Amino acid sequence: MFPRLLAASAALLFGAGVVMAQGAKPNDAQIAHIAYTAGQIDIKAAKLALKKSKNKEVRAFAQDMVRDHTAVNQKALALVKKLNVKPEDNATSKSLVQQAQGTEASLKKLNGAAFDKAYADNEVEYHKTVNGALESTLIPSASNPELKELLQTGLKIFQGHQQHAEQVAKSL
Amino acid sequence: MAPKPYLVATCVIAAFAAPAAAETIRIEMQNLGYSPATVSAHVGDAVEWTNGDFLAHTATARSKEWDVMLLPKKTGRIVLKRPGEIEYYCRFHPNMVGRISVAE
Ligand SMILES: [Cu+2]
Repeated sequence: MFPRLLAASAALLFGAGVVMAQGAKPNDAQIAHIAYTAGQIDIKAAKLALKKSKNKEVRAFAQDMVRDHTAVNQKALALVKKLNVKPEDNATSKSLVQQAQGTEASLKKLNGAAFDKAYADNEVEYHKTVNGALESTLIPSASNPELKELLQTGLKIFQGHQQHAEQVAKSL
Repeated sequence: MAPKPYLVATCVIAAFAAPAAAETIRIEMQNLGYSPATVSAHVGDAVEWTNGDFLAHTATARSKEWDVMLLPKKTGRIVLKRPGEIEYYCRFHPNMVGRISVAE
């Protein structure tokens, strides 16, 4: 069982690496959509964890993810409405969704401790990736100051999630 | 009711030995941080956190002695019972850390 678990974790980790689409820097409409999509993906993963996991720490973490990402995305929706920006699908958001589907399919095959470990490891990697994208691309590219500010707050929140996920992963 | 004269005298003398009247130290949670992040207090003082963010936070002692959950825009408090250096953090966002130095 142990080698299988390792193999499964490695597969998930590999799948979690999101490559930001290369090319022109994203505009505000695209940035808003990427950030929103990233949040929705994490909410979906958390809901899967709440369905599958019996581990207290994992469940508490998943509940935090649903609550926080929902709150951030509500802010994001209110902001795009206020700014009259129409969120735009783009290569990066599409690749995020595609990779998330792969991760979800792998997670669904796992149960018990194997699921918990894979979910927690994936949450660490996922938040790392999203934080990297925020720092290197999304925040510097955002032109509207309110959007930039929300992304900066988002980065702090998700850095907190990353640390929390690392603690959960270590406890398993 | 006015205190009796001899009682006032006792209090004045006691003031040299006993700690000052209990205070309330107010800490704001804003933009994923405690502000101020470091405070000094005395035993018997209260610490009151107000969450100015749009997310729930906690103020959780590393010692697990207390754990205050604060929904957005809410306030919560504890009373400091013993001297020492207290480190606390947010369980939801462990990158939020604060410190309270409690003197006798
Ligand atoms: Cu927090």
